Formats: sequence, structure tokens, C-alpha cells
Amino acid sequence: MRTILYLIRKEFLQIFRDKFIGKAIFGIPIVQMLILVPAITFEIKDIKLCIIDRDMTVESRGLVSQLAGSTFFKVRYSTFSEEEANDLLHKDKCSLILQIPSGFGKEIGKGNPVKVMVSANAINASNAQLSWAYLNGVIRDYNQNIIAENAGGRAMAAIPQVMVTNRYWYNEMLNYKYYMLPGILGILVLAIGFILAGLNLVKEKESGTIEQINVTPVKKYQFITAKIVPFLIIGLIDLAIGLIIGILVFRIPFEGSIALLFLCSAIFLVAVLGLALFLSTFSSTQQQFMFTGFFFMIIFILMSGIFTPLESMPDWAQKIDLINPVAYIMRINRMVILKGSTFQDIRGDVYALIAIAVAFTILAINRYRKTA
Amino acid sequence: MKRFFGFVKKEFLHIFRDYRTMIILFGIPAAQILLFGFVVSMDLKNARVAFLDLSRDEVTQKISDKLTSSGFFKRGETLLSYKDIDKVLRGNKTKAVIIFEKDFGRNLIRNGRATVSIIADGSEPNMATLTTNYISAIISDYNRELAGSSAGSILVQPEVRMFYNPALKGQYMFVPGVITLIMILICALMTSITITREKELGTMEALLVSPLKPVQIILGKVLPYFILSFIDLIVILVLSWLVFELPVKGSLALLLAESMLYILMSLSIGILISTVSKTMQQAIFISLVGMMLPTVLLSGFIFPIENMPEVYGWISALLPPRYFVVIIKNIMVKGTGFLYVWKETAILVAFTLAAIGLSIRNFKIRLQ
Repeated sequence: MRTILYLIRKEFLQIFRDKFIGKAIFGIPIVQMLILVPAITFEIKDIKLCIIDRDMTVESRGLVSQLAGSTFFKVRYSTFSEEEANDLLHKDKCSLILQIPSGFGKEIGKGNPVKVMVSANAINASNAQLSWAYLNGVIRDYNQNIIAENAGGRAMAAIPQVMVTNRYWYNEMLNYKYYMLPGILGILVLAIGFILAGLNLVKEKESGTIEQINVTPVKKYQFITAKIVPFLIIGLIDLAIGLIIGILVFRIPFEGSIALLFLCSAIFLVAVLGLALFLSTFSSTQQQFMFTGFFFMIIFILMSGIFTPLESMPDWAQKIDLINPVAYIMRINRMVILKGSTFQDIRGDVYALIAIAVAFTILAINRYRKTA
Repeated sequence: MKRFFGFVKKEFLHIFRDYRTMIILFGIPAAQILLFGFVVSMDLKNARVAFLDLSRDEVTQKISDKLTSSGFFKRGETLLSYKDIDKVLRGNKTKAVIIFEKDFGRNLIRNGRATVSIIADGSEPNMATLTTNYISAIISDYNRELAGSSAGSILVQPEVRMFYNPALKGQYMFVPGVITLIMILICALMTSITITREKELGTMEALLVSPLKPVQIILGKVLPYFILSFIDLIVILVLSWLVFELPVKGSLALLLAESMLYILMSLSIGILISTVSKTMQQAIFISLVGMMLPTVLLSGFIFPIENMPEVYGWISALLPPRYFVVIIKNIMVKGTGFLYVWKETAILVAFTLAAIGLSIRNFKIRLQ
């Protein structure tokens, strides 16, 4: 035990002797939180609209002003030429074109259905789908108003109708920052632990100091433990910094238990550190480790469900995610921070994470050779 | 000249000797293309919804069947009281709870009004918006059936035409993005690393005292990466064409020419980074934090810039990848010609010249 404590002390001395690393450890989380959280958003606002109103009646203007009045749309251009509108779409000046045919008001007055034509720039498919859904919503409201006006209160009751109301729990206003923040916290802990720990071990190899440890009676498990503990502590400190920024700057509501969050992150960190040390035994230079580590981090992060729901992934990808520690911490962070989930709710994920952590650490201890 | 080719051969040997470098060169682009193509998707399918049916009659049965048979939703728990909602949503498997009010069917027939309430899990805003939108759409479908041919058919019916991407494929977003990213990664990161490595190991001195001119050394360093990035570009284009049936709509020659310009620019930035950094760690740090992160975030590759706070729009105006994404999207997806992208091209040329100029000023023949 005393050996491990001495080794840990040595690690800390070594880490903080490098001035750059010492600054980076506390600087990176602050910068990451402040820059990434507001930047990563799929929120759609101010969809640029171009209107071709061939009708110019009270009815068509009513539809346009209803669109302009909604928070999602901004009427940027209105024109009579389809060519001009298409050119605007081509040049990315607008992303939706709405064409109202002539005779629109007249037909509506008679109670006949009218088609309006919408052209969307669909290069970004999900954006296009969402804008289309919003536009549909506005038109649905518009229809309802017309039906109500035309029929008057009396006839209205004759048409049975199912009304829909909705509410969003845990994040009433669908604030994107609340969604991204727990995810970024996970990435933060991952990046710090993974890169620092892996580079640290490879650096010892590069500079040859690892041989000095190899000739001492230090056991393999003692060595690996001493490599894991300092970065575990640093990772948790960074998590705390990130959380404080989240609460003070972004005012994220913290619903769950802080102790539970830190416990899960600690397990996650052990898994990540174990993997980093395991991978570092394959590399002999820092550059090589950066490359392999980078490759794994990209796959882990893209598959973790940080940007997109896990349920939309194909089955084989969901199976692979069973050994992806980032996927677990993503879920756990969101559930504990936003929903106030208790240990009962997340116990399946926690047990799985423990299993991964143990497996990776054992792999790292086994792979580590005391012979050079 | 022969001397120069010998040097280039040495550089190629350096690259091919290490399989980890090959991972970066070919593994990352392939993995990214496949992950983005098959794994990362925003589509709603089989989202689990729970039902709290306080009425349990024919109408509620019909509506819930209609929802679950749509393919978008999967039937989850059947709840008995409001108290269960929190428990179910907190478990994270269920994305929304659909509540039918008491006497739903009777209200609908007697008063002509009945209310469905949706409680969605807002901790995933995208999922929540999609879920509620789809449920509302399915229910308004049901309303239309109810109204039949009567007065309910006075409707403005919007019809949509999805320009450039009628099948709504996500690939049109990420293939240009991956190309942009890989070029920065290979050209800026790898070049800066190889040059600083020679400095750190002291072999740079050996090169400088050799009869090769400094210009030849630098050219010899970047030429292999120029060729490799070009091969990579073609691999990505072929992959996206074969796997995702994503053709280059515009002129292929123009696309390749613009890409060469971009590769040249990234290489000059890589050289610039190597002239200002002393160790490999610094070079890695500058390229990753200074180039990679902004490229992923602010080039409009995954996250549209126009949805971000305004400051980010200004910052991204200073980043070359942003212009290349515009160029490549225009040529690949919209099929526009040079007239639509000349402004962006001019900006890239300016960046290239600036980077080359700065590196020449910073380049030192002598080492301290």
C-alpha cells in the first residue's frame, strides 16, 4: 500500500512539473464548457422564408402574416418570379419558398381545398424536415381558424375533433444547453483522462524512465494503480469545475444526487483510464498513441448518442455500444442531472460500467510487461 | 532533382512504416463515412411511448393502435395513474406518455371535443419535438377521417418539394464535412508533426547540413501528404458514390481543382504551425485545438452555423474550412459552377498566400 502511495505522489509531482499540462488541466474544461455548450445546437430559429404570393388577397396575406408571426420563420424576401426565388434558394439566401397560387382567397372563400407549394433546401435533411414540420403546424392552425370563421361556433360543434396538448418534462422550454451540457461533461472527463493518461505512460517509455521503474520490485498492479489514481482525481476535479460552470453560467437545474454523479463518473474514468493504458502498451511514441487514441475517441463519441438518439441506430450498432463506456456515461449524466434519476433507475448501466472498468483494467495490467 | 526524389522516397517510407499513421490516413475517413452513413441518424423510429388511458373505450383503442402501427412508435408500458408517469420517463426507455382524458369517447361524441395530452421527455429536445410533431400529425389524420367529406375539408394543403436532396439523405451533409475534416487532419496535423519531429529528434540538423535546399526539404516533406490526401479524397468520393449513391452533380474537374487548392492551403497551415511550435506536443495541441475542433464545430458540418449564437458566425468567418464546405456542397450537391463559388475560392487563395508568406518569414535555417 505504501508503495502505491509513493508512486502516486511521484505521478503528481511529474504531472505538475510540466507547466503546460498543469495549466491545460484546469484551462481545458473551462474553455470547453464555455465554447462547446452554446455552439452545439440543433435548435432551429429564424428559418429564412421567401414568399411568392400570386394572390395578394386578405386570405393570402393572413397566411403570410401568421407565418411571419411565428417564432420559427422570418420572411426575408417576397417576389413574383419563381426564377428569382429559385436563385435565392440556390445562393442559400433563403431556405424555404412558399408559393401561394392565384385564386387562393377565392377558393378558400368558397370552401374548396387549395394547394400551396413549398420548396425546401434539403441538403441538411434533418433541418429541412423540422422546418417542414413547423410550416405544417402553422398551416394547420391557419386551417383551424378558417374553419372556425366559416362555420361559426354553431356548426363547429358538429365536427368531432380530437385536440392535442403537449408538455415537455425535465426541460420545459426544450433548452438545448440543458441537453448538451451533461453530454459535454462526459466528453470532458473522457478527453482529459484518455489523452493525459495514455500520453503519460508512453512518455515514460520514450524517455526511458519506465525501465527505471521496471527494475524496482514494484508489482504490475501497483504500477497501473498508481497511474490510474492521479488521473482519476484530476478527472473528478475537472468534472467539478465543469459542473460549477454549468450551474453558474448556464443555470442548468441539477435534479439528482451529486454523490451518485461523481460515483458513476469515477467508475467511468477507471474504464477509460484502463483502456488508455491498455492501448498505450501498443505504442512506443506519443505520436503513435495520439493516432490510435484519436481513432477510438472519434468512434466512441460518435456512437455514444451525444448528438443523436441511440434508438435510431441500427441493432448491430446498439450491440457494439454495449462495450462503449461513453454511451453509458452519456445516459447516466443526463438522467441524473436532468431527471433526478436515482440509483434504482440507472443500476443496470452502473453494473455494466463496473464490468467494463474491471475488464479494461485487468487487460491493461496483463498487457503491461516489465521487460522492455 | 534526383536528390530531391530520394528525399521524397524517404518520407514515403517514414509514413508507410508505421501502421498507426495508416489508421489516420485511411482508417479514420472510412470509419467516419460508415459511422455517419449507417449509425448516426436523427430519424424517429420505434420510439417507445407509454399510454395512460383513463377512458378505455373504442376510440382511445383505435387512436393508440393507429399510433403504434405507424412504425414510428412502439407500445410501451400501460400506466394506471398520473403518479407512474415520472417513474416511467425517469427510466429513460420511454420517450413520451400519451394520456387520454376520462370519458374520452363520450366527450368526443357528445361535445365534439376530446383531449389527448402528450408528456414528452424534454431532456432530449430533438426527440421530444419529433415525437410530439409526429403524434400530432397522426391525430390530425384521424381528425380528417372523422370529419369525412363534410365541412372539415376546407383546407390549405401544403405540398413540399425537397430541393437538391429529395430522398432526405443525411449523407449530403456529412460527406463534404468529412472531406473537409480529413484534409485538415492529414495536411495540417501530420505535416506539422513530421517537421517538428525532425526538430525534436535533432535529425532536422542533419537535413539542413545536407546539400538539399530548405525549399526542397519543405517540398519533400509536404509532397507525400499532398499525394496521400488526394488519394484519400478520391477514396471518400468513390465510397460515397458506391455506398450511398451520392454522385458529384457538378463538374468533377472543378471539384478536384478546388480540393487541390484546399489541400495546398491546409499544407501551408501545417508548415506554419510547425514553424511556430518547438515540440511535437505543441504541434499536436495547436492543430487539434486550433484547427480540428473549430473545423468540426464551426464549419457548419454537423451543426448549422445559422442556428448558433451570432458570435460564432463571426468566428467561423475567420476559418477557412467554412468556405470549403460551401464550395464543395455547391459543386457536389447543387451542381453549381464556378460562378457561384468564386468568392469563396478567392478567400481560400488569400488564406494560402498568407500562410505561405508567414511561414517563409518564420522559417529558420539555423536551430538554437
